Amino acid sequence: MQFMLLFSRQGKLRLQKWYVPLSDKEKKKITRELVQTVLARKPKMCSFLEWRDLKIVYKRYASLYFCCAIEDQDNELITLEIIHRYVELLDKYFGSVCELDIIFNFEKAYFILDEFLLGGEVQETSKKNVLKAIEQADLLQENRIRITARVSMGGLRKNLY
Amino acid sequence: MVPSLKLHDFMEEIRGAKTQAQEREVIQKECAHIRASFRDGDPLQRHRQLTKLLYVHMLGYPAHFGQMECLKLIASPRFIDKRVGYLGAMLLLDERHDAHLLITNSIKNDLSQGIQPVQGLALCTLSTMGSAEMCRDLATEVEKLLLQPGPYVRKKAILTAVHMVRKAPELSDIFLPLCAKLLHEHHHGILLGTITLIMELCERSPAALRHFRKVVPKLVQILRTLVTTGYSTEHSISGISDPFLQVQILRLLRILGRNHEKSSETMNDLLAQVATNTDTSRNAGSAVLFETVLTIMDIHSAAGLRVLAVNILGRFLLNSDKNIRYVALTSLLKLVKSDHSAVQRHRPTVVECLRESDASLSRRALELSLALVNSSNVRSMTQELQAFLESCPPDLRADCASGILLAAERFAPTKRWHIDTILHVLTTAGTYVRDDAVANLTQLIGGAQELHAYSVHRLYHALAEDISQQPLVQVATWCIGEYGDFLLENCEETEPLQVEEEEVMALLEKVLQSHMSLPATRGYALTALMKLSTRIQGDTEAAILEKMPLVEHGGPQTDEEAKESRDDTAPVPTEPQTSKLLDLLNLLDDTSGDTQQPPSLNPSPEGALVHLLDLPCAPPPPAPIPNLKVFEREGVQLNLSFTRPPGTPALLLITVTTTNSSEDEVTHFICQAAVPKSVQLQLEAPSGNTVPAQDGPPITQLFRILNPNKAPLRLKLRLTYNHFGQSVQEIFEVNNLPVKTWQ
Repeated sequence: MQFMLLFSRQGKLRLQKWYVPLSDKEKKKITRELVQTVLARKPKMCSFLEWRDLKIVYKRYASLYFCCAIEDQDNELITLEIIHRYVELLDKYFGSVCELDIIFNFEKAYFILDEFLLGGEVQETSKKNVLKAIEQADLLQENRIRITARVSMGGLRKNLY
Repeated sequence: MVPSLKLHDFMEEIRGAKTQAQEREVIQKECAHIRASFRDGDPLQRHRQLTKLLYVHMLGYPAHFGQMECLKLIASPRFIDKRVGYLGAMLLLDERHDAHLLITNSIKNDLSQGIQPVQGLALCTLSTMGSAEMCRDLATEVEKLLLQPGPYVRKKAILTAVHMVRKAPELSDIFLPLCAKLLHEHHHGILLGTITLIMELCERSPAALRHFRKVVPKLVQILRTLVTTGYSTEHSISGISDPFLQVQILRLLRILGRNHEKSSETMNDLLAQVATNTDTSRNAGSAVLFETVLTIMDIHSAAGLRVLAVNILGRFLLNSDKNIRYVALTSLLKLVKSDHSAVQRHRPTVVECLRESDASLSRRALELSLALVNSSNVRSMTQELQAFLESCPPDLRADCASGILLAAERFAPTKRWHIDTILHVLTTAGTYVRDDAVANLTQLIGGAQELHAYSVHRLYHALAEDISQQPLVQVATWCIGEYGDFLLENCEETEPLQVEEEEVMALLEKVLQSHMSLPATRGYALTALMKLSTRIQGDTEAAILEKMPLVEHGGPQTDEEAKESRDDTAPVPTEPQTSKLLDLLNLLDDTSGDTQQPPSLNPSPEGALVHLLDLPCAPPPPAPIPNLKVFEREGVQLNLSFTRPPGTPALLLITVTTTNSSEDEVTHFICQAAVPKSVQLQLEAPSGNTVPAQDGPPITQLFRILNPNKAPLRLKLRLTYNHFGQSVQEIFEVNNLPVKTWQ
């Protein structure tokens, strides 16, 4: 996967994960054009389109569009499953997720994504494991324990599963 | 001073802003606070400030002053700081910024400290924005983590290795030896990462590819286990065990089995099993099945298996899910050359897909349909395609039209069918055909002697109905000119309709004078009129214009015609003529000097042609608009004359005439024009670029202006030319344009 964008029906960006190095200017241009292209699609049209030299897979969930750019040899149908899995993870974490959750907790949305995909590839196929990892990280954050050398904090080296 | 806002309050205030300006104000105020806080604020609050900054960054505002803060946060011992700091690094830093190298050390520290969530953050960041240099620096650290037991960090390390190999391919040597062993792990994340890594290594090095062929049996075993063992809640989607892993294994099998018989054989049975047993009631199953089909088609599979794969695609075409039909059409298109007969079996379904409402599907269906036309199905396929042509979206018309014409050329069962087909395409979508369609059709008709009568009748009737489609008009007028005598006799194969000479002449004149006709079209019409004037009179002695011999295909036919007619118009028949046309010819002969040049049939009309059209045989426009002199300089003058042809109220024709009464000639004359946005302007090629001195023949140029909204007309002209040894450039707006030019 080259990048994933989440945006609202008004074209407002809610999350952008880039797995290829591009300048800020290029990212803005791509985002603008792609958002326009996807928003212009009619509701009954298929979820795939060809854009520049990339394949775009998108799906709308309530008021949010989830849009991924994949390469020629990538499987479009499984990309739909990737998108769906991410939505399920968000849903489980926030409890019936809606766009506002993602706006006000955007950093959490990134943290969840980063436990599911890494470098543009799927890293964990078990929903349970992803959610457990987030939970552990949240706990670690809440504890506000200082993480110093492993000498004093041996107990913190939790095996996550 | 307004106090700094909490994150959520800040977001609320931004969302509450009613205008862009208001939003900008809120953000600027808060960014000032953020900057101040970065400088000398409480370090414990730094992560909150950065989070605010990352939010405005997503809204599109500049956030580069936060880059250094990311570094500080990453170096902090607190987990919340690292979490936000690494996120900031991924969003604000990339390999173009020098600052990015500074986090290498922090990453190295975090990777070696053994705290899993922290290691996770570091690996994630490295694999998202790590530059080649960073990857080289940290390769050994990542290698170590690949070997340690905990799966959480291990799976991330493997995918980080994938990124490293992409950025710095020489690092492959470090990771390659570790892969085979990793395939014996049971953790799905580790397996998935390993397979991804192996794919990356194989794609970069043929040696790696050969090396990894030995893991094919292991891959087959893993996939078989997934497919046959029971339902596992943890990894299943819609009853399919870990479709992500299945798809990835199938992809790797494809890479390893390609061009390698032995490997292909090893996977054959398993592929057949997956192909037949996968439940495709939901998308997950279809995704796996799709990947299976792609693999079967790309390796050395048994013939039966290939047919099975194509049939699966055929079944996909009938699926109610659009997305599945889409991937099926795309894949069949890739296979139509190599497995033509297998794909042919699904032709009826493909043709059905032409009726898709989604344009991206119907486009693929069109391409595929065209690829499936052969000599046995050409008649029925052409019928389907022509039906499609009539209703398809405009951006597909050109491809459809040229596709039909190409197919007709390759597979036409009879010449008459071929002519009918081209005629149908020209009538339905004439404006979308390619330029050589006209030449092709005239060539075809010319060579089919037995069909001359038939062709001319059909073309005549088509032309009588519609003179707007230029390619049709051109072919029809040519044909009428050549075979007009057949037109006056009855033809058994078309409707018996008596056609009178006057009707034919009238139609040709209508074409000649229509403002929809391009200059080339007028050329055809004119030639036809001239040919007919002698043919139809039936004078044997003046069989001056004999039927044209068949020209070599690809030759510029128009030039040949021009040559012939040029030679033959010189001796003018002396019988008194009532045809208005001959008045034209007489006039041509009577005038001296420059009009000896016959009207050119090339697309750029010469001055003589324009004058011809202005002759009295054209009905004068009602209430003529006065001419306007718009420019004068040292004897060079520009005059505009206006015409509003009746019947086309939005159209204005301006003839720009450039005269030269000075002692020196004007050369390299170019006139350009600009009009307001709501008005459309089309410039025809000028009669020339030179006006000789002392009132030599002027340059004329026609502007066509379409002004359907009746917007007040403004015209700006730019002239460049050489005169008296100087290059002149003049730009000016035409004032005093008569109101009648646009109202």
